[in-house]
Amino acid sequence: MALAKVLGLETEYGILIKGSTEPNPIAASSALINAYVAALSRRVKWDFEDESPGRDARGFAREGSSPPEIETHLVNAVLTNGARYYVDHAHPEYSTPECSTVREIVLYDKAGELILARSVEAAGRLLPPGQRVVVLKNNSDGKGNSYGTHENYLMDRSVPFGRIVANVMPHFVSRQIYTGAGKVGSEATGANRGDVEFQITQRADFFEEEVGLETTLKRPIVNTRDEPHCNAQKYRRLHVITGDANLSETATFLKVGTTALVLSMIEDDWFVRAGARDLTLQAPVAAMRRVSYDLGLHQPLALADGRSMTALEMQWEELDLARKYAEDLGTDAVGGTEAGAEILRIWEEVLTGLESDPLSLASKLDWVAKYRVVDGYRQRHGLAWDDPKLALMDLQYHDVEPGRSLFARVGMDRLVDPRDVERAVTEPPETTRAYFRGRCLQRWASSIAAANWDSMVFDLGSDPLRRVPMMEPLRGTKAHVDQLLNSVSSPAELLERLGS
Amino acid sequence: MAEREQIKRQAPSRTEEETVEEVPATSRKGDELKAELDDLLDEIDEVLEENAEEFVRSYVQKGGQ
Repeated sequence: MALAKVLGLETEYGILIKGSTEPNPIAASSALINAYVAALSRRVKWDFEDESPGRDARGFAREGSSPPEIETHLVNAVLTNGARYYVDHAHPEYSTPECSTVREIVLYDKAGELILARSVEAAGRLLPPGQRVVVLKNNSDGKGNSYGTHENYLMDRSVPFGRIVANVMPHFVSRQIYTGAGKVGSEATGANRGDVEFQITQRADFFEEEVGLETTLKRPIVNTRDEPHCNAQKYRRLHVITGDANLSETATFLKVGTTALVLSMIEDDWFVRAGARDLTLQAPVAAMRRVSYDLGLHQPLALADGRSMTALEMQWEELDLARKYAEDLGTDAVGGTEAGAEILRIWEEVLTGLESDPLSLASKLDWVAKYRVVDGYRQRHGLAWDDPKLALMDLQYHDVEPGRSLFARVGMDRLVDPRDVERAVTEPPETTRAYFRGRCLQRWASSIAAANWDSMVFDLGSDPLRRVPMMEPLRGTKAHVDQLLNSVSSPAELLERLGS
Repeated sequence: MAEREQIKRQAPSRTEEETVEEVPATSRKGDELKAELDDLLDEIDEVLEENAEEFVRSYVQKGGQ
């Protein structure tokens, strides 16, 4: 049976200090995060001991190079909701805590937006007059520079990586029709910005390879980073770099939900067992852009077997396959019967809307909402597509400040309760090891020297530091540890009871 | 499959967004949407950053993944 899909979402936010004559994005990112965590009693540092982003899922280490340099001197914080909030390269990055359902991912991703918005507010109070921090949840500066929103899915190590690649690639290409956050113009190498008026995704312009380890250049559709942050004999973490940063809750829900289902189907070898038609694309890299540029959703994509299908037709085929999978094998891997049924229902609703008229989804999908407002403005004022006003609107759709965000004004449907989002800013999810991490931080931050995904290091004031390993993502849940945590009154007692 | 085949494929139209005949039950009527968009466009200049050209030019993001 497919493994329970422990899920995570990492977002690199765009940042700008408006009014500054010497823009320094690294300093700005640090200032932003410091301003936020300054309010916390004590910042807990991230522990890099087990990080190895250079490991490759295909089973080899990168030739002639060491793993990418990790900038340990930069700001790095662990939050009480179990998330990590830090400076990555030149961006503030928020990684959700490990979640066990798609609804939880939406909740903790939204909590991240709130944390960034509060950081902007806090940093604003510290800046010189005339300056202001602008933070955008998008993936492109419109000048050929991209930054990522990465999804993470726990998978069974024993599943051959080649099987994952073959079956997930058509999904990554075709799911763009609902995961896209929309973009004015094009940034593809060799293209002029004006070649494309508006496209479905932020990211499609930046993919150059089918499979590979890179994330900053020559980006691959399937990323092979093999760094599970848990028991590496049992698990792998599929690191997905093709997605856009979504503001729309429906888009985030579907992006992660459909992919978690497809990966479960791959683990159960469902594509073979159900006799699925082979959707292997002849040219996946070119297909990424072809789908993204096709607002009418009618461009056929050439398949390896000589047929051709549109992205929408491929998605219908995958939905049909997923329905049969849910009926025959169930959807425990994505949180149970109800959770699975909800993914299938919203998936169908959105494909139906895309098929009849994409504009009927203006309150559900980012790219449609953005297109509607940008194109409406363009028509009203008789502007050309390359007018800076439209480029500005594209950027400002993603502003995390509610008063400036265009997303906040276009009337998007919600899936989660804002009160739950507020709670998720400080409270961890209850069904993964993030619960143990978050609760310990809430109670004993001053005794925690460092934390990372798969361990916590306690400093009880006497040498040596004590490391508590957390190699199982589904251990350390509320059900596992709440009684223990409630029965101890100090970290020393906790460690004694844990036998660490 | 059954539901899917009943849906007639329409050529999506970019310029006639308000003339949607059949929208999902959860969506609102076309007229209402058009009025909403008009209201939004009326107020949007107050929200947009003042100097669009300068803002767009200064927004440069290097070193991302």
